[in-house]
Amino acid sequence: MKRQVRLRQRKREGGIAALIAAVLAFALLHGASGAAAQDAVESFEIGLSTDTIAISSDFTGARLVVFGALDNADARLLRQQRYDIVVVLVGPRRPVVVRQKERTLGVWVNRGSETFNSVPGSYALAATRPLSDITRREFRRRLSLGIQDIRLNSAAAPAPAGQPTIDKPGVAEQPRAPSLVTETEPGSAGDEPPVQSLEPDETDVYAAALRRLRERSGLFNQSVGSVEFVSPTLFRADLQLPAGLPTGQHLARAYLFKSGVFIRESSEPLWVVKTGFESMISDFATHYAVIYGFAAVALAIFTGWFGRVVFKRD
Amino acid sequence: MNLYLPIAEISVNVFVLVGMGAAVGFLSGLFGVGGGFLITPLLIFYNIPPAVAVATGANQVIAASFSGALAHYKRGTVDMKLGTVLLLGGLVGSFAGVAIFTLLRRVGQLDLVVSLLYVIFLGGIGGLMLVESIQAMLRTSRGGSGEVRRPGQHSWVHGLPLKMRFQRSKLYVSVIPVLGLGFLIGILAAIMGVGGGFIAVPAMIYLLRVPTSVVIGTSLFQIIFTAAVTTVLQAATNGTIDVVLAFLLMIGGVVGAQFGAEAGRKLRGDQLRALLALLVLAVGLRLGYELVATPVEPFTITLPTGEIG
Repeated sequence: MKRQVRLRQRKREGGIAALIAAVLAFALLHGASGAAAQDAVESFEIGLSTDTIAISSDFTGARLVVFGALDNADARLLRQQRYDIVVVLVGPRRPVVVRQKERTLGVWVNRGSETFNSVPGSYALAATRPLSDITRREFRRRLSLGIQDIRLNSAAAPAPAGQPTIDKPGVAEQPRAPSLVTETEPGSAGDEPPVQSLEPDETDVYAAALRRLRERSGLFNQSVGSVEFVSPTLFRADLQLPAGLPTGQHLARAYLFKSGVFIRESSEPLWVVKTGFESMISDFATHYAVIYGFAAVALAIFTGWFGRVVFKRD
Repeated sequence: MNLYLPIAEISVNVFVLVGMGAAVGFLSGLFGVGGGFLITPLLIFYNIPPAVAVATGANQVIAASFSGALAHYKRGTVDMKLGTVLLLGGLVGSFAGVAIFTLLRRVGQLDLVVSLLYVIFLGGIGGLMLVESIQAMLRTSRGGSGEVRRPGQHSWVHGLPLKMRFQRSKLYVSVIPVLGLGFLIGILAAIMGVGGGFIAVPAMIYLLRVPTSVVIGTSLFQIIFTAAVTTVLQAATNGTIDVVLAFLLMIGGVVGAQFGAEAGRKLRGDQLRALLALLVLAVGLRLGYELVATPVEPFTITLPTGEIG
């Protein structure tokens, strides 16, 4: 794994006016909740220690270090630890079927099933504090944040071309209580079309089982206290990547919370690729399936014949 | 020494798999069965996804069967004509079987059907063989030959039309049951990852009345081709053949088979059948237990195609 640290701090001259406008609107909305007068324009960027993770045959998991910079933070709030950072790495989303076995005529048979059309192949999360202390459940669900609240179905409407479909906070699940919409903060805007809740949350045993199974296998994991400030403006997050890390495009995303309210995010893509002999074989098996089949037969015939020649005992 | 399997996508111990192959290879040399009916359940017990275990089982069966068939061919105990007719039925069966396999996987019932088929076939055939071989042993102890062949006795099979003469097997029998048997073996090869020897051997002995000496070689000959066709079809349709896994099993298998074949010559036919029957029953019981025992985790996650996600 390459160990290059890429710290990037893009200046956003173009968008600065828009940002100020957004912050002003934010300040106005939350003006009554105090401390809003001093809201600064925090800039928030992350960089990964590598942009590609190569999985070889002996891959038993890895640690991914995500560095990030938080500038223009309110020094007083920072001292009071009112800023919280959550960093996640979300694996490529795929449709998944969860089945439940039930005893039927004495035999355990797959009976019920539920299809989730967009389940992350993996999910690693690091946070400064327990998620329940950082922000409210409704916000976590809205942001698809945390194993218990991660979205398992994509929105009914397809994402516009070019837009990443990976955990766009804006299209997070609709909270159950409609009154919450008025409380949303800028960034996770209520300007999105209302999305039908495809998941009946906790009541869905299949969704619960999916989260539980993925967590048990290590594919979903989250740890608290694994994000720490190394200087007043620089933080690092340690993410634990499991042995069964799926290949494809992952997305590292950092969320910044101030006093329990989500204010900003930053993301970086990460590619997970297979390398080595095994990867060649699986590629070949995928792209030249018939030739692969014949090769498998030829290998078997040859091994059988060779064994006969070597161990000629009659 | 651990190795990552490219298709099964899990890390396995090389020595466990080679040892597994060797043990099963010994038995397959001993009994003249491909060993697939043992390899597939063992792989599933070793946490290989059942779909991969089934397909790869068919692949490794080729090596063991080829090795064994060569030995039998040299000894002249292969009835090529009978084997070829069986094979014709087997080819059609393979196509049907792979289609059924794909469908079952999609609806999430593949594992159940594989286990049920194993329990039914292994239990039924194991039980029948055990009863028969014990009877034969009792006859032998009373001074008989122990040979199954009873020329005067004909079953319903011998009344069917389209008769064909198989010189080496000293048979004059209808091709319908032979083709039918081949077809059944082809389906089982695809769904259960077996060569079908454990069906073919008893069916040839008891149903077609083929002499025991010719049965094993002929069965192996036929299995090579049925398993080869199944392997190619599985690779093309389901992508479930793991060459690395198959190769590890083969290495152990061909070594074990040589010693097994030698040991087999020292045992009497009825004793051999009784042992095979016990083995078949044991595997069947083990799988049957899995079906009725309360699972630790009633939920499973797969991709919509049935692949392990």
